[in-house]
Amino acid sequence: MTPLPYTPTEIMTIAAARALRNDDVCFVGIGAPSAACNLARLTHAPGITLIYESGTIDTKPEVLPLSIGDGELCDTALTTVSVPEMFRYWLQGGRVTVGFLGGAQIDRYANLNTTIVGQSYDKPKVRLPGGGGAPEIATHCGEIFITMAMSARAFVEKLPFVTSLGHGSGPGSRAALGVKTKGPTKVMTDLCVLEPDEATRELTVVSLHPGVAAEAVQAQCAWKLRFADEVGETPPPTAEELRVLRELQARTARAHGGDA
Amino acid sequence: MAAFLSLADAVAEHVRDGDTVAMEGFTHLIPFAAGHEVIRQRRTGLTLVRMTPDLIYDQLIGMGSAAKLIFSWGGNPGVGSLHRMRDAVENGWPQPLALEEHSHAAMASAYEAGAANLPFAVFRGYIGVDLPKVNPLIRSVICPYTGEVMATVPAIRPDVAIIHALRADRAGNVLIEGILGVQKEAVLAAKRSVVTVEEIVEDLGPRSRNAVILPAWTVSAIVEVPGGAYPSYAHSYYKRANAFYKAWDAIARERETFLAWMRQNVLARDAGHFRQYARKAA
Repeated sequence: MTPLPYTPTEIMTIAAARALRNDDVCFVGIGAPSAACNLARLTHAPGITLIYESGTIDTKPEVLPLSIGDGELCDTALTTVSVPEMFRYWLQGGRVTVGFLGGAQIDRYANLNTTIVGQSYDKPKVRLPGGGGAPEIATHCGEIFITMAMSARAFVEKLPFVTSLGHGSGPGSRAALGVKTKGPTKVMTDLCVLEPDEATRELTVVSLHPGVAAEAVQAQCAWKLRFADEVGETPPPTAEELRVLRELQARTARAHGGDA
Repeated sequence: MAAFLSLADAVAEHVRDGDTVAMEGFTHLIPFAAGHEVIRQRRTGLTLVRMTPDLIYDQLIGMGSAAKLIFSWGGNPGVGSLHRMRDAVENGWPQPLALEEHSHAAMASAYEAGAANLPFAVFRGYIGVDLPKVNPLIRSVICPYTGEVMATVPAIRPDVAIIHALRADRAGNVLIEGILGVQKEAVLAAKRSVVTVEEIVEDLGPRSRNAVILPAWTVSAIVEVPGGAYPSYAHSYYKRANAFYKAWDAIARERETFLAWMRQNVLARDAGHFRQYARKAA
């Protein structure tokens, strides 16, 4: 078999970018979401409004920021507001159509953990960074896209800590908490794309990336995965998508004085 | 009214053992030089408040300055863990660190409440998550108009806020531009404040009529420390040293390499050490 002309991370980023629409107002998480959001802006969605929690609104960075507050974001933004204003007027105010998140761990209902690994909050095995903006992004944005690489340590049966709400414990969970937004609607990974089932709200594989077998996906997920009745194949990256993504990563690496 | 002091005198006068200290700056304008001076003066038992602890609090925690951390996201942005913070939480080194953990929305609202002289902040948040189970300060009120249950957190009222800003004029008025973070709120919420600046100028110069200015009468002490935000940045002066943020991962991973770096680059230096990082864009 000839090696694929792209990496698993590249197709993950490209699949994530494709989920965004030209008229979205997107609250961008750092890392993988940031690459996907800017790829969308540089390809099929030039009109997208990207917002970072540092207060930069409608920013068009030439290189990917390392942090959510690099000067590049402010220099290329339409306007920059304070952090309290960002969270209160713009996020809580309901102005954001899509929140784009990553996470350390996810469960079958797309709840996310970025707080601890281990059994005890007070004596964690690993202390992770915590929630940051995610707890409120997860409930205030119109819908949530998630992008993260699959592994059995990341796609877990039970989260040790719920940092941000997905579909809770299944159908009706969000509504019972008074949350009116959709929550996670797509999860883009390095192997496949998952969406919550209409009825059960459980994450379900809707498309496999080219050359990826269902068993290979299951091997990287700790719960028994459900597959849609008709599982599609993710369209392979186009030459244009790969070119734009690689140029963006190369510019970023040069700007940050090392690997991006 | 703002007093113009040396960094050593400003920290000696305004930062005391056991204080609640907020060193703010959201990626931009993080007051590294002032943080290093707090370490050099060996303050202990501090409650450190900061939305994003960043490298500055990793350094203070690793040097034993902090008893408690109030925060909402404790990582090295885009790089990984804060190893000194993790060592304190996971292993109690160099001493145990009590955590009071929030979300960004909660802390931003809590600073705003402090600046507004309110006892608590109210917002729509913490829905369906576990943080309220481990932080008893996260509570709720029922809206008297709609009946909706709203999250509350106590206002942040630091003993002292420490920030870095672009410029101050000779009267002591302070200008902040670029990514604003919560610095204005932190200073207005605090009993005392220390502001380091890139430069002190005769006049603040051309600016928007809506520029963020802290009037001299809201600030306790002003210190000119060119380069004082490095490896963070000062907009239109110098860029964020992203390469240093990446290098910190290896420096801070082990206790020995961390302590050696701190001895050489903090304990054996003074505020003038930061001048080498100062630039001013044309």
